Amino acid sequence: MPLLELRDIHKTYHLGGETIRALDGVSLDIDSGEFISIIGPSGSGKSTLMHILGCLDTPTSGTINLDGMMIHDASARQLAAIRNKKIGFVFQFFNLLPKLTVRQNVELPMIYSGLSGKERRERAMNSLSSVNMEDRSKHRPSQLSGGQQQRAAIARALVNDPRIIFADEPTGNLDSNTGVLILEMFDKLHQEGRTVMLVTHDPEIAAVTPRRIEIRDGKIANEIDPKLAGEIPKFGQSK
Amino acid sequence: MNLSSIIESGFKEIWAHWFRSLLTMFGVILGVASLVTMSAFVKGKENLLKDSLAESGGLERIIVDDNDDLPDYQKHLEDEANGMTLKDVYALQKNAPLVYNVTPVIEKRSYRGSLRVSRKGKRVRYASVKGTWPSLMEIEEHELEHGRVFSDMDDLLANTVCIIGTQIRNDLFGEYDNQGEEIVPIGEKIMINYIPFKIIGMFKQYMSEEDRKKKEEARAAGQTVARPDFRAAYMSGDRQSGTAMRIYSMKNSTIMIPINTLVSKLDSDYDRGSNMDRSLSKVAMKIYDVSTLEKSLQQVRNVLMQTHKGLEDFEFETQEGFAGDINLSIQNERISGMFIAGICLLVGGIGIVNIMLSSISERVREIGIRKSIGATNMDVFLQILTESIVIAVAGGIAGLIVSPILVNTLASFADNTTPPVMTAFAMAVAFGFSVITGSLAGLFPAIKAAKLDPIQALRYD
Repeated sequence: MPLLELRDIHKTYHLGGETIRALDGVSLDIDSGEFISIIGPSGSGKSTLMHILGCLDTPTSGTINLDGMMIHDASARQLAAIRNKKIGFVFQFFNLLPKLTVRQNVELPMIYSGLSGKERRERAMNSLSSVNMEDRSKHRPSQLSGGQQQRAAIARALVNDPRIIFADEPTGNLDSNTGVLILEMFDKLHQEGRTVMLVTHDPEIAAVTPRRIEIRDGKIANEIDPKLAGEIPKFGQSK
Repeated sequence: MNLSSIIESGFKEIWAHWFRSLLTMFGVILGVASLVTMSAFVKGKENLLKDSLAESGGLERIIVDDNDDLPDYQKHLEDEANGMTLKDVYALQKNAPLVYNVTPVIEKRSYRGSLRVSRKGKRVRYASVKGTWPSLMEIEEHELEHGRVFSDMDDLLANTVCIIGTQIRNDLFGEYDNQGEEIVPIGEKIMINYIPFKIIGMFKQYMSEEDRKKKEEARAAGQTVARPDFRAAYMSGDRQSGTAMRIYSMKNSTIMIPINTLVSKLDSDYDRGSNMDRSLSKVAMKIYDVSTLEKSLQQVRNVLMQTHKGLEDFEFETQEGFAGDINLSIQNERISGMFIAGICLLVGGIGIVNIMLSSISERVREIGIRKSIGATNMDVFLQILTESIVIAVAGGIAGLIVSPILVNTLASFADNTTPPVMTAFAMAVAFGFSVITGSLAGLFPAIKAAKLDPIQALRYD
């Protein structure tokens, strides 16, 4: 059974009398341990898809099964709990809280899962050392470089041992060298058996993942899946 | 998210904007301080009034007065109306079991010109000479500090003996001698209408608790203290405090002598035979139980209607009116004070709403981040609410700290008013109100923050 199972997801917005179909019948299976990228130009619906998969939003219609739970009609409270325990987010702008230290930022998800202070500290430090940031734990985000901030954000995403990690343009705010380091870090997480989904508009970044899904106008336009093809074709040729 | 981490993060957030938070707190500080101050002044006044009520005999005291104004249907019998006499006193003693200490009083006051109290050229400014029985002492809450009370024999023989209040002593002898010792003129003679009276006893000095404290402090510092000026209080519009202070002053100006002495030595105009028919100024008595006031009055009335041949030439004077006035005015002052403090707290609360709204609009992104990593709407709601309550509670505590300073400052500015009394109850109420203000003020911003859509909030710059 797949980790994530989407069936016929629709999402429509109403903006000033106009109906916008952000997602228009998306069906998708993602297995545990996969490394996937969602690619598409801005306005294609890829962000909407990620928000729905990340339980930040709910679809207008269709069903989603995440790890055995039907999340398309879950309450706000249940969604918050799923985001807390099963999902890790990494954002383009890092989204660390500026008033807190790196360690306090990493502890934040565990505060909402109700762990004790001592356990929080231990797990935060473990998570920070897995991204080689343990020596920066007392710094504020503003004292760190972009790459360091993003590593701290990855540590935060990992700290509750989520089933799936969503990264929304994780290298979009970094220089290319640092971006490569961050992508290598995601690859390493994949090697360790984690499920990682990159969302990007950049085919070069998407190229690091074995499986790539291209979204256009709210539909899956193109999919490259090594399980089906047997080999990894170079992205862009299949068009 | 557990409570301690919510409160911790609330404190952090407020500390991060400590100046802004302090400004916001001022409304609550003022509200709490004014609530405590107001109630301290009202309580001080209430204490003084209640003390003075007790000092003048409490609610148990009943006085039966003459009433020259007969009902219309008895007007033609005016000549038969003798007023209260000793016969009534004995009749009440025998036949009215709900009252006790029935005591006759004939009172003469110096300012009416018929009385002159003097010694060696010094004259008492104001004196009230009461010819009575010793039982009046209990009714009017007199306490003897020096000497003795006059006996039945003094009364029977019409001995010229008297018990004086401290004000009479002050006017005729002075309060302290050269060594600074209190003067106790027991055994000395004073002249009442040129007849020498021997001082056999002196009452203690009656004064409010606050005046007593002031006097002791002044004594310790070797100074004399001015007499509390009830006239100033009376004239400045605080009629009840003036009345209350006057009760002390009047008690200190009392001279008590046996009733037979007064009738036989000081009554130059009395020529109608038996002492039993001498009309009294009033008959004072006490009731056993305040709850039977109505019944007791009815009983006394029934007895007096018998002795007065059905003529209603008497009236009752109870302290109920005074007690009612006290309660009413205290209540009024409390309500107006509450109103002012309430407005202060309301303004403070609106200040908190304002600052919390601007705080959450600054932190939309933070709220989005918190939600994306698993904060429920309730977590966000509680976080904002807690911050608001923390501001209000901190303001409340600061208000409680400020209020004694405020009370003392105001009390030192206003010498004539009654001294304020701060109570723990008032402080608890004020603090409770600050907590309620904080909770109500935080409600709307907290709901607004909790309702933020995480996706919109994450995009917000």
